[in-house]
Amino acid sequence: MSDVVAAVLLTGATLYAVFGGADFGVGFWDLTAGGAERGEEPRALIDHAIAPVWEANHVWLIFCLVVLWTGFPDAFAAVMSTLYVPLLAAAVGIVLRGSGFAFRKVIEHLAGRRLFGAIFAVASVMTPFFMGTVVGAIVSGRVPADGNGDRWSSWTGLTSILVGVMFVASCAYLAAVFLVVDARHNDREHLALYFERRALGAGVVTGALAVAGVFVLHAHARYVFDGLVDEGLPFVIVSVLSGAAAVVLMLRGARRGVRLLAVLAVAAVVCGGGVAQYPYLLPKSLTVADAAAPHDTLVWLLVVFGLAAAIVAPALALLYSLHQRSLLDE
Amino acid sequence: MRALSLLAASDLLPAREQMAFTLGFHIVLSCLGIALPAITLIANWRGIRGDDDALKLARRWSKVMAVLFAVGAVTGTVLSFELGLLWPRLMGRFGDVFGIGFAIEGLFFFTEAIFIAIYIYGWERLSPRAHFWTGVPIVIAGIGGALSVVAANSWMNQPAGFTLDRAGHVVDVRPVEVLFNGATPYEVPHMILAAYMVAGFLLASVYAVGMLRGRRDRYHRIGFVIPFTVAAIATPVQLFVGDTAARAIAEDQPAKFAAMEYVTETGANQPEYIGGFYDDGDVKAGIKIPDLDSILVGFSSGKIVTGLDQIPDDEQPPAPTLLHLSFDTMVGIGTALLLLGVWFAVVWWRRRELPRTVWFLRAAAVAGVAAIAALECGWVVTEVGRQPWIVHGYLRTEDAVTTAGGIWWTLAGTLLLYTALGVTTVVVLRGMARRWREEEIPEEDIPYGPQ
Ligand code: HDD
Ligand code: HEM
Ligand code: HEM
Repeated sequence: MSDVVAAVLLTGATLYAVFGGADFGVGFWDLTAGGAERGEEPRALIDHAIAPVWEANHVWLIFCLVVLWTGFPDAFAAVMSTLYVPLLAAAVGIVLRGSGFAFRKVIEHLAGRRLFGAIFAVASVMTPFFMGTVVGAIVSGRVPADGNGDRWSSWTGLTSILVGVMFVASCAYLAAVFLVVDARHNDREHLALYFERRALGAGVVTGALAVAGVFVLHAHARYVFDGLVDEGLPFVIVSVLSGAAAVVLMLRGARRGVRLLAVLAVAAVVCGGGVAQYPYLLPKSLTVADAAAPHDTLVWLLVVFGLAAAIVAPALALLYSLHQRSLLDE
Repeated sequence: MRALSLLAASDLLPAREQMAFTLGFHIVLSCLGIALPAITLIANWRGIRGDDDALKLARRWSKVMAVLFAVGAVTGTVLSFELGLLWPRLMGRFGDVFGIGFAIEGLFFFTEAIFIAIYIYGWERLSPRAHFWTGVPIVIAGIGGALSVVAANSWMNQPAGFTLDRAGHVVDVRPVEVLFNGATPYEVPHMILAAYMVAGFLLASVYAVGMLRGRRDRYHRIGFVIPFTVAAIATPVQLFVGDTAARAIAEDQPAKFAAMEYVTETGANQPEYIGGFYDDGDVKAGIKIPDLDSILVGFSSGKIVTGLDQIPDDEQPPAPTLLHLSFDTMVGIGTALLLLGVWFAVVWWRRRELPRTVWFLRAAAVAGVAAIAALECGWVVTEVGRQPWIVHGYLRTEDAVTTAGGIWWTLAGTLLLYTALGVTTVVVLRGMARRWREEEIPEEDIPYGPQ
């Protein structure tokens, strides 16, 4: 039973990595789009791309938090009491990002838009970075089962920093691919070209970081490394192949399949990581089974997840399809 | 171990302040998130029936909703982090029990976030009726979300539905009993009604101010009447529910009740105090009405009410004066708002128009802020009154707090960030209103219609 709930948690994390990730990445491109004039066009596309959907995308985070604290309360307490600093930073990032975006949208004068746009963009980079350091800390086994691990050294190791940077890079990659497709969809060829170059760049950087990651995990997170080259290997292969295929297809001007492949690349790596650290929730200190809540709580969590699949999934599909068909324009 | 508890002691005060402040902030936005969609839909419905003013209002309110919803969502996310960051030992021990409420809440927030996006962005291209119906799930999700999250809070006040082993670990959870614990039946409706009161009076007060400044056109009148009516209908029900809540608390959380009502010694013929300060067993400077407290609790002056003398020293709620004055303020404001609603209803019934005197508008202009004050006071009664417990009878707040250290810094940062956030929200909303007044945007003249 606890394994099923852990799978639900992993599913939630994957969906957050994909939808939330693309959202954060969009902010990265907003940040790097240059001055008000030069950046106007890409920013308009960015605005248009995420305005109606960012809040829904973001609920996956809440979902993960809630499943974690209800299904695996000990793990939640251990993570929260050890990784206080980066989690706090991520929370601040979320506040700044969401409110910055909402304010920028309704403000008219340039100075205000600039300010809130900058806040939104900086926070979009900072938040995934700190979330990455949290994941890195867990993966490298720095969270003790009963919590209260070291406040600083737990998340400032090489693994944490690398995973943090990698989160930012893969968010940027995902977002750029999405934006290319969006631009093509709106027949804005030059914008498509603009983001194509960036998707390529981000893809290459992400790939390079992944290679570096192999060595870092080998040295500092041996358990997960071993898992990745064992049970996790199929996922890793899928991720590499689809990440590369997405770039190739994109460069050949394809409209279909590109997004799906990019999503697959990110999703596979998250799933692979989860599989690799099984049966541990916090590698080498706390297993899924040991952290699990009593039976009835787990059953209820699964029921709620089932309801989410039945109610939220169609609603989300409706939202995305209305958005794709440009029916949600002001 | 000793070092640990010393650390915790230094974190306790700032952690409580931080929790209180961020919750007190979020709750205002929650109220608007719960009730504004319903009020907007009423205007939307009238708009579909051909009332252009109402339609314009609905469109504008939905734009306001977009901003408020974003701020509500991010401050709510902070709360989820804080439950773990500030109270890891609460979540570690009882997360698997009362977490279920939050899990269900997540479901509703999803629905809310999805349909609010469709509604806000769907004005232009969806057909008017389809668009209206996309608003309905928001209303339902708002109520459902409030239900599940307040059920979690009720559980902290009256924990139920779990079994502990000898070592104090939760070994068995009965989710239905958790969700429908003893405090749920009054806390949940009380909160949802509060949301409708806050949103209704607050929105109405915006137009009351507009009318006081001489903008007495039909647009402003409708903008006032729709939300005001909603709030005025909720008020009497709210007072009834609140009264029930108070009686239930006298039964189930006697320490809280004794402190908030200044019941010093157990016994019959308890007097009711209005105002007054508590000073170590004495009440100073309040109006004392003999027997009334016993009558309110048990419908008879012979009703025996538990007093603070029966509560062990280390389980006494802090600051009875704060609790009592908060309670009185909530009840006082509730009563005043009831009278305001009655005034409106009588005049409307006789003449089909607003009361003519400027005093009515002046009162209505402060009603919104007053409703928020009542809301915050109510939460102070609930949360401070539960102290020293975080889970009533099971876990003391000092045993739940984090030992991370440095919470004063976090608190200071939070105060700064949230002040900036609150001020900006108000400035941005006022900017929108000013723009709407100055330039009637042409697109708004064409009310509706797919292109
Ligand atoms: C618009 C807001 C508002 C108004 C007019 C009232 N209340 Fe209230 N009250 C709340 C908003 C509120 C609240 C903020 O929503 C609380 C906090 C927790 C809760 O469930 O509701 C609350 C809590 C609360 C509690 C404590 C519940 C607990 O500790 O579990 C009591 C006893 C009352 N109320 C009683 C009343 C009475 C007797 C009222 C009027 C005659 C009244 N309230 C008007
Ligand atoms: C449903 C949701 C809520 C939950 C789960 C919740 C939970 C908590 C927790 C965990 C604490 C810290 C421990 C404690 O002091 O007992 C707390 C304290 C507090 N909360 Fe709530 N709360 C909720 C709603 C609210 C709201 C809406 C307010 C609005 C003002 C509020 C006001 C306070 C205050 C004033 C304290 C500090 C009490 C003290 O330390 O003296 N709470 N709450
Ligand atoms: C009485 C207390 C509370 C009520 C009635 C309430 C209600 C709401 C509502 C209606 C929203 C939707 C956003 C909006 O409309 O602005 C919201 C957002 C949120 N609330 Fe609260 N809330 C309460 C307390 C809490 C507490 C204690 C937590 C966390 C532990 C919390 C977590 C959240 C989260 C995570 C969101 C964001 C959801 C999203 O992204 O859409 N809330 N809350």
